[in-house]
Amino acid sequence: MTAFRLPATTPGARLLGLGSTQPANVVTNDDLAKTMDTSDQWIRDRVGIQSRRVVGDGTLLVEMAAEAGERALKDSGLELSEIDTVIFASCTMPSPIPNGAAQTADRIGISAPAAFDLNAACAGFSYGVGTAAGLIRSGSARHVLVIGAEKLSDWIDWTDRSTAIIFADGAGAAVLGPAPDEASVGVGPVAWGSAGDLAPTIFIKPENNALFQEGQSVFRWATTKIAPVALRAIELAGLTPADIDVFVPHQANLRIVEAIAKKLRKSGAREDMRVADDIILSGNTSSASIPLALDHMRADGRVASGDTVLLVGFGAGLSYAGQVITFP
Amino acid sequence: MASNEEILTGLAEIVEEVAGIDTADVSTEKSFVDDLDIDSLSMVEIAVQAEDKFGVKIPDDQLAELKTVGDAVDYIAKNQ
Repeated sequence: MTAFRLPATTPGARLLGLGSTQPANVVTNDDLAKTMDTSDQWIRDRVGIQSRRVVGDGTLLVEMAAEAGERALKDSGLELSEIDTVIFASCTMPSPIPNGAAQTADRIGISAPAAFDLNAACAGFSYGVGTAAGLIRSGSARHVLVIGAEKLSDWIDWTDRSTAIIFADGAGAAVLGPAPDEASVGVGPVAWGSAGDLAPTIFIKPENNALFQEGQSVFRWATTKIAPVALRAIELAGLTPADIDVFVPHQANLRIVEAIAKKLRKSGAREDMRVADDIILSGNTSSASIPLALDHMRADGRVASGDTVLLVGFGAGLSYAGQVITFP
Repeated sequence: MASNEEILTGLAEIVEEVAGIDTADVSTEKSFVDDLDIDSLSMVEIAVQAEDKFGVKIPDDQLAELKTVGDAVDYIAKNQ
């Protein structure tokens, strides 16, 4: 038996940059109420959304992904040539072949990176960060661009008020790289898993290629099963809930966000922990929602360098993943 | 085993916490949707808390059948 040479490992990963983009086209609740039986108040009460961004000009999913990726790269200060891996988390590619990662890398101008798509739906960004951190720690990758990008508007029945009011388009991205020493590791271990028995609660209906969601079942699952995942991510990182400065869950529904935050506070998270509420103006953008929320909170001054941030994604699959990061 | 009266009291406390409705207004003849103006997602939150409090299972399809506070009290009493 021949022993293989393996790459040198690193202490772990850290975030180096962040970026995002959304379509310019704003769709308000009143806009939706013109074409379906709903109202601004009904939507605000049920999901907390006031308006969302939906592609209105034919922009491609990979174009949004590339723009978010470019912004994250610029934010990181790295050269294009330093990126060796691109992970593209999405569940709304227009077709399964070719993948989005290689096209997006090419649009950005990254030469010949390892490039693959990852479909964990709304948990995609946290899955991507977890995967990237593992690759970096093992020495299989050095600088990874993780993109969460979705064009959910392609997969919505615009007469179905149970989904059309919720989902939206957008892209967010992060650049991860190796930490020089253990003290500067900025991505905690990932807490992840799945519940395939609940797969029929969120799926694309083949008859109209439109997203269907069993609202009550998903709400019950998200409000009971996700806080324990978040707490597990905190525990894996060797922290306590009181250490969390900022909580950025997937922006599924404001009531789910608030229910999970309430449970974390009952478990010791601080009252002054800042909780992402980006869904109000962005809608539910699946894998893009966490990096979009983080980027918007940075712009508002609600997350700053050095903050301890808890991420948790959850959605179709059903699948879920969470980790604690240090904001770069 | 909680009595029907104890179940009603406990349920009213849950409804108050979830939906902000005064416990005095939560009486057996009231409809959750029509009288108390509780939406489907709040019903899920009430069901989850009732499951914990009374040690019952209230699946979503059963939950849809519980129209009034009295229906819920009876269901919990039968299944606890």
